[in-house]
Order: sequence, then structure tokens, then C-alpha cells
Amino acid sequence: MEILVTGILLSGTYALIALGLTLQYGVARIMNLANGETLVAGCFVAFWLYASFAISPIYGLLIIAPAAFALNWAIYRFALRPLVNRAKNRGMLEVDSILATFGLLFLLQGLMLLSFGGEYFSYTFLAERFVLFGSAYGLNRVVAFAAAVVIALALYLFLYHTRHGTAVRAVAADPTSANLVAIDVARTAAFAFALGGALTACGGALLSTFYTFNASMGVVFTMKALIIVIMGGVGDIRGAVLAALILGVAETAVASLIDPGLTLAATYTLFILVLLFRPQGIFGRQTT
Amino acid sequence: MNLTSHEIRIGLAGAAVAALAATLPLFDQGYYLSISVNIMLYAALCTAWTLFSGPTHYISLATAAFFGLGTYSVGLWINHLPYPVLVGIAALVSASLAGLVGAATLRLSGVYFVIFTLGLAELVRQLVTWAQAKFTTRMGLYVFTDMTEEHIYWMLLALTVAVFITGWAINRSRLGFAMQVIGNDETVAKHVGIDTARAKIVLFMVSGAFIGIAGAISAPRYAYIEPPSAFNPMISFLVVIMALLGGTKRLWGPLVGVVPFTIVMDIVSARFPNHTSIVIGLAFLAIVYFIPNGVTGLIEQARAKWQARQTAVGEEKAA
Repeated sequence: MEILVTGILLSGTYALIALGLTLQYGVARIMNLANGETLVAGCFVAFWLYASFAISPIYGLLIIAPAAFALNWAIYRFALRPLVNRAKNRGMLEVDSILATFGLLFLLQGLMLLSFGGEYFSYTFLAERFVLFGSAYGLNRVVAFAAAVVIALALYLFLYHTRHGTAVRAVAADPTSANLVAIDVARTAAFAFALGGALTACGGALLSTFYTFNASMGVVFTMKALIIVIMGGVGDIRGAVLAALILGVAETAVASLIDPGLTLAATYTLFILVLLFRPQGIFGRQTT
Repeated sequence: MNLTSHEIRIGLAGAAVAALAATLPLFDQGYYLSISVNIMLYAALCTAWTLFSGPTHYISLATAAFFGLGTYSVGLWINHLPYPVLVGIAALVSASLAGLVGAATLRLSGVYFVIFTLGLAELVRQLVTWAQAKFTTRMGLYVFTDMTEEHIYWMLLALTVAVFITGWAINRSRLGFAMQVIGNDETVAKHVGIDTARAKIVLFMVSGAFIGIAGAISAPRYAYIEPPSAFNPMISFLVVIMALLGGTKRLWGPLVGVVPFTIVMDIVSARFPNHTSIVIGLAFLAIVYFIPNGVTGLIEQARAKWQARQTAVGEEKAA
């Protein structure tokens, strides 16, 4: 039970990160391998706001999300749009965007290493006991999970109950047809990429309240987010949330039952199972 | 075996270059030998990488995993088995891992492969660390041999030559022909009856085996091996940059990228150790935006343009 609850609490933040990536890959068609760096940047900004201005990370989201949105929009507009225009087919764009976001990954990582150094950071925020089903958990984990649920719900309402959200989903389904029904595909893709970045940064800010972070841990989170996205099916919101839950619980189970050093092995086991049995995602349909 | 005179000429030229490179340790034993070992190491790694990633266009980030397995094979059994046997084991272990990874991912689209290999080195590192902590009491391994830098240099040179000969032999074989068809159009390849997944997996295993051998050869250089240094993910990224910088259309393309970039990285890590990530990031971006086909691609483009102009001028004169 404890494992289950801890896993679910952890999966809230995972879900946000993966939702960010699934928007970027599913809608904007950019495999953003620098996603983890956006997350780490979110961690550092939340830390900085809390340590220097005593702004609680929860309110900090109001600053972090718009900032990440603007930054990611600029990245898409100026760095990735030329690649989209240059690519002759989807495969070429994939290779190009993978290489370009590798570049971004190292560039951002290098900048963060320069400004914060390689040490591990953490801060104390709401480090109180919170009793749930008879066992105690950190209040910060519970709050982070609640915030993640609120953000994910808002995203769901936006995507499924507004005109703009429908346009985003249309581009995810088929950019050419979306174009035919007067959706500005280029703008929607830029918007989705920026929104994905904002979600990921929020995930980072929430993660930083209970997790020890450093400048070079981004890749591991990119990896987890990628696996969640594939497990849930690219561009699928519900799938990503469910996959995040599975991953969070599986990781916590392996960490507490076998060895904390084997979390990545747990992730990979899930990944291999998905590749072997459901490469199209949990809810995905088989394509021919 | 029937060789054309062109092939014989290239072979002789290659042999001459290799022989010249082999004399290097006679001139210098210090800094230049040390950096040449690095260059030779990356030459072997990048050529082996291109063996697979050149024709398939799949970006493999598994280099560090194979390399680490190679060093570990030597580290674990150096006191029990003769060195050449260990090199063989390294090749076998790496090829088996490549086979497993290939079987899981190469049947699907390329993105899955990239993602899988992205975390592979880290995964193997976790597993090795865990197994070591569980079954032995020490964290690192000592490798003491009589081998010096120049021995390692010669072995890496021999390995690079072996990779080239293998690449050339593959190009002449059915597998090479199949890869050409797959590289041009995978759907066509499937329709003419090529088992595309099998061809890719075999090629990946060959490439992985060579990288494992390179790791085994480098093991004596470290003297003390522990998981974080053996499975350093940076190796994978550097190999990708150097190979793409040189160009992957030809097997010798990566060499053009290896020599300058190893020297640049050596200078950067010595003078600005905190800026290495930034340099790597900028290198990736520069390759994507300015030289997507590598330096050899640029040279070939320029040559094609020059030739086109030559023929155009010739035609004008004739008219």
C-alpha cells in the first residue's frame, strides 16, 4: 500500500513531464530530447525564486509557466521551424530534430552547469508529515501531486472542450487535413510545442519541492518521459497519464523492494514489454 | 576474388597510410602519442559506428554501452584468461547485446531505436553496479598489464584497418547490397524479399562487436575501471558528432571529422573544462544547420558543381 501511494504521488509529476513531451512530439512532430533540460530549468528557477524571494513554488508556477512557454515558443520558431520547412518527409524531420535537440540538450545543460555548478540541490518546502491510509508521507509530495492533477485536468478541459484545443488535436491527428479545415497548422504546432514546454517546466518546479536535483540529470527524465509517451501512445493524453501511473508505481516498487539503483532497469523492462507487445501504445490502434 | 585496378590502387594507398601511421610511436612517446591514441580510438569507434548508422540512417547511442562492456570483459577476467581470449569475449558480449537491442527495436521505426540506445549505457551501468555490489565487495577493477601506450596505439590501428576491410567486404556481399536497397527505400527492399530487420540486426551486431573490441583494447589504458568511467555516455555523443561531422556516406568519411574534433575536444577539456557541454551542444547544432551531409558531403557537392561547370564550359566551346 505504501509503495502504491508513493508511486502514485510520484507519477503525478511524471505525467506532467510526459504530457509536455507528448504535445511536442504528437502535435509539433518534434522529438524533443532536450525536454529533460526544460524540466531541470524549472527545478532551478523554482529553487531560485524560493531561496531569493521566498516565493512558494506553487505560486512560482505562475511565473515559471509563462516564461517556459515564451522560451519554448522562441526555440520552436527560430530553431526548429527551419528544420520543419527543410524536411522532405517525416523521417528526415525526425533525424534532424533529434540531432538539433541533442544540441539544445548539451547547450542548456552546459549553461546550467556554468551558472549552478554540478552539485546536488534541494530545499525544504512543506516538509511535514501527512497521514494517508494510516502511513505518513511528505506533505510536499501530496501537494505536488494535487497541483499536477489540477494542471492535467485543466489541460484535458482545454483540449477536449474548447475550439482551440480541438484544433490542437486535429493537427495531432493529421496536419494535412487540419490545414484543409482552415487550421493554421504552423501556428498551432508552435503553440503546442510551447505549451508542452510550459507543462514540463511546471513538472520540474513541482518535482523540485521533494526531489534532490542537479544540472545534469535531465537525460534520465527525458528517457522516462519518452517511455511514458510511447507506452501511452504518441499524442494520447489519457494513455500518458495511465502510463505515468504504471511507471511511477513500478519504479517505486523496484526501488523499495529490490534496489534503489535499479530504477532505470525497471523503466527499461516496461519499455521492452511495450515494444514487444503494444508498440502502438496502451490505447493505440494497430496501424497497417 | 577479382579486384579491379581501382580497388587495388585504393587498397595500396590505404595500406601506405596505415603503415605511415604505424611509425608514429617511433617519433614521439609523450603528448603526441597520447593524443594519437585518442584519435585512433575514435577513428575505430566512428568507423564501426558508420558501418551500421551510415547506410541505415539510424542514430545509435549505444557506443558507450558496447565500449564499457568491452572494458569490463577485460577487467573482470584479466587475471584468469589470456588477453586475446578476453578481446574475443568482449566482441561476443557486445555483439549479443547488440543482437538483443536490435531484436527489440529494429523491427519498428527508427525513433524507438534512438530512444532505446539513449539510455542503454546508463542501464548497463546500473546493472553492472548492482551486480558488483551484490556479488562482490569491491566497486572498481584493476587492470595491470605490460602494455604501453604504443601497443594500444598499434592495436587500435589494426582494429581500424580491420573495420575498413570488413566494411569493404560487407559492401561486396549480399548483405551490403541489401543494405543499399534498404537505405534507398525500405518498402522496396521488403517487396523484393529482403528480410530488412535481420539485415539491420546483423549489421548492428558486427558494428557492436568492433566497438566492444575497442573497449577491450582501451582497458589497460585506464588501469582502474569503475562503472561511471567505463560507461561514460559522452563517448556515444562524441562518436555521433565526429562521424556526422566527417560525413557517413563513405566509410572513410568519419576520419575527416575525427582528427580535428579530437584535437579540439582535447584543447577544450584542458583549458575550459566547464565548457565542454556547451561546445558539444554547439557542434550538434552547427552540424544540423550548416553541414547536414558532413565535410565529405560538402567536398562532393563542390566537386559536382565544379564538374558541372566544366562540362557546361566544354559544351559552350563545342557550340
